[in-house]
Amino acid sequence: MSLSTQDVEKVARLARLAMTAPEIETARAQLSGIFDLIAEMQAVDTSGVEPMSHSQDLSQRLREDVVTEANQREAFQAIAPQVEAGLFLVPKVIE
Amino acid sequence: MFESSLKQLGDALRAKKISSVELTQLYLDRIATHNPELNAYVTLNPEMSLAQARTADERLAAGSAEALTGIPVAQKDIFCAKGWLTTCGSKMLHNFVSPYDAHVISQFNNAGAINLGKTNMDEFAMGSSNETSYYGAVKNPWDKTRVPGGSSGGTASAVAARLCAAATGTDTGGSIRQPAALCGISGLKPTYGVCSRYGMIAFASSLDQAGPMGRSAEDLALLLNTMAGFDERDSTSLQRDKEDYARDLNKPLNGLRIGLPKEFFAEGLGSDVAKAVEAAIAEYKKLGATVVDISLPNTRLSIPVYYVLAPAEASSNLSRFDGVRYGYRAPDYTDLADMYEQSRSQGFGAEVKRRIMIGTYVLSHGYYDAYYIQAQKIRRLIAQDFVEAYKHCDVIMGPTSPSTAFKLGEKGDDPVQMYLSDIYTIAVNLAGLPGMSIPCGFGENDMPVGLQIIGNYFDEARMLNVAHQYQLATDWHSRAPQL
Repeated sequence: MSLSTQDVEKVARLARLAMTAPEIETARAQLSGIFDLIAEMQAVDTSGVEPMSHSQDLSQRLREDVVTEANQREAFQAIAPQVEAGLFLVPKVIE
Repeated sequence: MFESSLKQLGDALRAKKISSVELTQLYLDRIATHNPELNAYVTLNPEMSLAQARTADERLAAGSAEALTGIPVAQKDIFCAKGWLTTCGSKMLHNFVSPYDAHVISQFNNAGAINLGKTNMDEFAMGSSNETSYYGAVKNPWDKTRVPGGSSGGTASAVAARLCAAATGTDTGGSIRQPAALCGISGLKPTYGVCSRYGMIAFASSLDQAGPMGRSAEDLALLLNTMAGFDERDSTSLQRDKEDYARDLNKPLNGLRIGLPKEFFAEGLGSDVAKAVEAAIAEYKKLGATVVDISLPNTRLSIPVYYVLAPAEASSNLSRFDGVRYGYRAPDYTDLADMYEQSRSQGFGAEVKRRIMIGTYVLSHGYYDAYYIQAQKIRRLIAQDFVEAYKHCDVIMGPTSPSTAFKLGEKGDDPVQMYLSDIYTIAVNLAGLPGMSIPCGFGENDMPVGLQIIGNYFDEARMLNVAHQYQLATDWHSRAPQL
């Protein structure tokens, strides 16, 4: 399968990855090779087969809707790139 | 001392022949000598290791020691350990000192084991050669121009070079078994759900599983006894009774039925690897086992299926790395979206970005059914192949990897070639089955060959029995590289 430059640019944008034009071109060639590998899957007849996500086919466990985690704000903020007054700082979003 | 089994070390510690502080210091000294060349460890913290050793010595003195109390164990750098730098092989987490312990780490801590250091790995566990680590490639101690395998390559190299008594790994598509094979050590990936994923940095959540890596099956059994167990903080953790994985080690193998899948001995398998594996099978026959020819017809589909499912789950898991709450933030950016994009582009390496791109594409609008759902359906067909096979055999055996360790840089430019080297291990993860690799000889260039043993669900004790009996009859597992 051959991906277009536009396909790769769109995927990079969705994945929040900034890429230069040469990087896009390299990615296009490599991803096309990988999708050739993946294409083998399309010919398989899977009608009537249920998708499998867990080998034991477990359903997700539910827990009581109560707070179980201790408050560790200081520990978590100590490793953050930028904090102020107990808040995580990011660039201004709303003018 | 460096050749002692975990049981021998535990006995020596309890008999006060050596203290945990002395043992830990011996290993730290050995690491200081050999790690600069091997690059197996990315983080050492002798103060914290020795503090744990002093506590272990108190416990030993008080007579409340367990099997692993006082024993130095290296931890793959994918496990969050409180107060330890935890990088997952990535620049993205170059400054991440974990504020909490992974479940596996707290299990070792509770057992009184010593965290000897964090081992190098492919970035976010994405790789089969350890060359994608931001902290540099790991060297194979058998030949320092060759790869140790991946992604748990630092662990495999450290165990083989006797830079720890034992260590942990994680396996999403073969990341315990393949490096174990390439470095001539033993490693076991348990049934999916046996070890908690809590605090283990996520790659592909429906496949990721932690497991022990060490020098013998007997050691692995002790390690798994500590690592396994239900944990409510992992929603896919299995609620099962506690079991002793060492309970069947000494059972004879009379009547054991070994399934040999024809797909594992077909084109693509190196003749040197085939020869060593066939010799191992012959040894098993001598031990009383019989051989059954079986087929896993969908094996070849496991690679395309894996390279849809794992990147899809990775692209979702790795969306959390945005430079806001922890990890790398780019120094310069224009606005919030640019901060995300610059931080992620600079913080992730090429292989990780490639997989995020694949995953984002297959999950994007209009492609979800054709890729992700189709892959999950074929995953069931792959799992059913094994269910069918286990009607005729007790364990399945074959090679772990199609070749011995390749040269550093040899497969660097072609991701597809690298992906194809995982052909024998991936189906086991897709099916959620337990799998292990043990050393079974040497191939070309005197590099180690691994025998893969695949068990039925929850059959870890039997697999360890099968591996241990072989290790009683042979000495491949006790061979050590000259450093």
